[in-house]
Amino acid sequence: MSFLTDEDYVLAADRRPLSALYARNAKAVIERGFQVIRSQNWIILVSGFFEPVFYLLSMGIGLGNLVGAVEGPGGATISYAAYIAPALLAVSAMNGAIYDSTWNIFFKMHFGKLYQSMLYTSLGPFDIALGEIFMALFRGFLYALGFTGVMAVMGLITTPWALLLVPTSVMVAFGFASFGMAITSYMKTFQQMDIITFVMLPMFLFSATFYPLSVYPLPIQWMVEVFPLWHGVELMREISIGSFSSATWVHLAYYVVMILVGMLFTTRRLRALFLR
Amino acid sequence: MAGDAELRRTVISARDLVKTYGDFNAVDGISFDVPAGESFGLLGPNGAGKSTTMRMIGGVTQRTSGRLDIMGLDPESQGPEVRAHLGVVPQQDNLDEELRVRDNLIVYGRYFGLPRAYLMRRADELLAFAQLEDKAKARVDSLSGGMKRRLTIARSLINDPKILLLDEPTTGLDPQARHVLWDRLFRLKEQGVTLVLTTHYMDEAEQLCDRLIVVDKGKIMAEGSPAALIREHSSREVLEVRFGTDRNAAVAPRLDGAGDRIEVLPDRVLVYTEDGEGSLEQIRARGLHPITSLVRRASLEDVFLRLTGRSLVE
Amino acid sequence: MSEDRHTELLVAHAPEVSAAKARRWGAFYFTEHMLRGMRAYLVTIVVTSVGNPLLYLFSMGVGLASIVDRNPSAHFGGVGYLAYAAPALLVSSAVMTCANEMMFPVMDGFKWRRIYYGPHVTPLVPGQLAAGHVMAVGVRLVVQCTVFFLIVLAFGAAMSPAAWLLIPAGVLSGLAVGTPLMAYAASIQKENFQFSMIQRFIIMPLFLFSGTFYPLETMPSAMQWIGWISPLWHGNELGRFVAIGLTEPAWLVAVHVLYLAALCVFGILWARRNYTKRMGA
Repeated sequence: MSFLTDEDYVLAADRRPLSALYARNAKAVIERGFQVIRSQNWIILVSGFFEPVFYLLSMGIGLGNLVGAVEGPGGATISYAAYIAPALLAVSAMNGAIYDSTWNIFFKMHFGKLYQSMLYTSLGPFDIALGEIFMALFRGFLYALGFTGVMAVMGLITTPWALLLVPTSVMVAFGFASFGMAITSYMKTFQQMDIITFVMLPMFLFSATFYPLSVYPLPIQWMVEVFPLWHGVELMREISIGSFSSATWVHLAYYVVMILVGMLFTTRRLRALFLR
Repeated sequence: MAGDAELRRTVISARDLVKTYGDFNAVDGISFDVPAGESFGLLGPNGAGKSTTMRMIGGVTQRTSGRLDIMGLDPESQGPEVRAHLGVVPQQDNLDEELRVRDNLIVYGRYFGLPRAYLMRRADELLAFAQLEDKAKARVDSLSGGMKRRLTIARSLINDPKILLLDEPTTGLDPQARHVLWDRLFRLKEQGVTLVLTTHYMDEAEQLCDRLIVVDKGKIMAEGSPAALIREHSSREVLEVRFGTDRNAAVAPRLDGAGDRIEVLPDRVLVYTEDGEGSLEQIRARGLHPITSLVRRASLEDVFLRLTGRSLVE
Repeated sequence: MSEDRHTELLVAHAPEVSAAKARRWGAFYFTEHMLRGMRAYLVTIVVTSVGNPLLYLFSMGVGLASIVDRNPSAHFGGVGYLAYAAPALLVSSAVMTCANEMMFPVMDGFKWRRIYYGPHVTPLVPGQLAAGHVMAVGVRLVVQCTVFFLIVLAFGAAMSPAAWLLIPAGVLSGLAVGTPLMAYAASIQKENFQFSMIQRFIIMPLFLFSGTFYPLETMPSAMQWIGWISPLWHGNELGRFVAIGLTEPAWLVAVHVLYLAALCVFGILWARRNYTKRMGA
């Protein structure tokens, strides 16, 4: 390196909008993600696939023997396993996305100190957010592919529409991930992070995964219908047997709006999240 | 070199920097200028606000108020542009534990958008610089503390920075490793790299810094070259005498006049004087016989004690 | 400083007394240490202790019951699905809590915050630290199971007068899974996702395939073996026996209790051995 003169010390500003937050280099964060996957044990990546499969085997087969056939979307009679499988896929998309956008971010922020090192480079916080969301969606995509394959093997797939389960699952994950990061920006301690679990668990248990919403009294039904998971569950269920209605559009629109609002929200909270 | 420094362009200009966390002022109105090629130090105890100031320079924390100009840009609105020219060694190593040693350098370089082929070669150069060639494929958590520190420093150079920020660079290193690091920093300085470092080690500040500010509780207490600060706030020599924990305070009044100034610490009494041996003779002549005595050159520690009434390393 | 000499010095007992007391009560001293540590998570503990039973009993009990009970072929020894599922939900929650308390916190004690190494240089010995940790988790389980039991009562899902025995049954089942995990956690030097793997490949399958939501016989026979070796299945059956008077032959009840107790004893002994080995005493 030659001697630095005064002229070397003059920088030009970047006038793009958002240039303080975004350096158009999310690619480098994604590359890091794949490098980590390559250098760690493959079982760690693969293990995430099993939880929904175990649920499907246990509840679909075991409980299915007790429950028998149930009424699916559009009044079709389907097996209990076929009823819960798409719902479990939606739940799994939610859980994976929320874990990756909350706990994972929180941990890398406060304990792994990974983002501190990234932020001292020419990356902006938006590059990191995009890169991390991409990695979360990539994992979600792999698991959705695997789960749909298991459904096929178990004979739960009867229509080509079911192929859409995979991209829809990624969309559901995107919806949750885009909000997760913004919410993490308000969290300061581990104890506060537990709040996320307190919200997620009831959403999982009450969102018509294992039985129809109609078992609840009306006011509770309305409450459940406000929450995103229910829309994901219903949408996936409709896709799995290719039975659509006007409600399909409502579910889809719910997620499009959720993703847009979530990304906007996260972008607004980037400084609070990363530049404390 | 020192003479030229005054003529050179200012590359870091801070005015009235304030950073508040809740009702705590971590940085409370700090102003300073750093010319190109200078080695500039922030000296102060833990919690003085040094690291927060560094973080503001890098634009990775939002300042509460004040102005900051780094090479013509505000790091808060032009973070990526500014940081493209910064190298940063944080106080605590924050290596990527999920990646191997060499991959740490390459992946970090990618964050600057540097081409992969270039980084392969640059990573090997830096591994040699950090004497970690045989650890290239090792996992980060298998490295010793000193090795991790060297890797962090190597990593900070991946983008050939113009300004290098070093936050307590040698804390936790053994004496030999410290001297190796100082040597590397001198070489960078010879290439015209601007160094900004925080430290609470006096010898480090005296060795490395052309100029420094003494910071305490978020405020600047003094500014100048190490030699000038010692001249201004201390005497040439210091005589340290111990009479025993219970007696130091009681004896202290009887030492009046033995030096320019007396400072009573719980475990010892400091006598600031131009002639340490002479002062000791005087004390003995008064019939006082300290259990131990030591004459040393005055240091920045004494400057700090004078300015704040507290020791730097507690 | 010099004034101190005139005031009376604060005097405790002699070091020899400390040593003797520590030998006798050391494990309890460490239990106290752990319980004080749990105060940081008190809110979480309280909210989960009350919230989880409510949520699970409503959704997996009342909600599922509405579609299971509708099927005439599904009957559970004469009680409804809610009453059938409730004892198993209590036992499962104890097992999950205990498993969590015995993995990361143990590693934390040895490696991250190293809380075991403070007491290690006092008169306490490593085996007492293991015992103290177990007792502290046991206290948490007693509290959690008691709260759960009261909520089960409120749901009207506990039929038998002996139903309160669900509390010890839950604690026993939790420790039967937790103590061997604790011993294992004490033996690993580096956390390479082993705990997530245990969570995903042991705890989760145990929860799902141990007859928690339906009788084991409902599953294909090729999968029923999971239940037989699963401490959770033995705990679930024991829980149902005491809570709803599920008809079980006496020898099978004895097997449940003995199997769970044996796992606890094995786990504690193994853990003491690993703690002692690891801390080099």
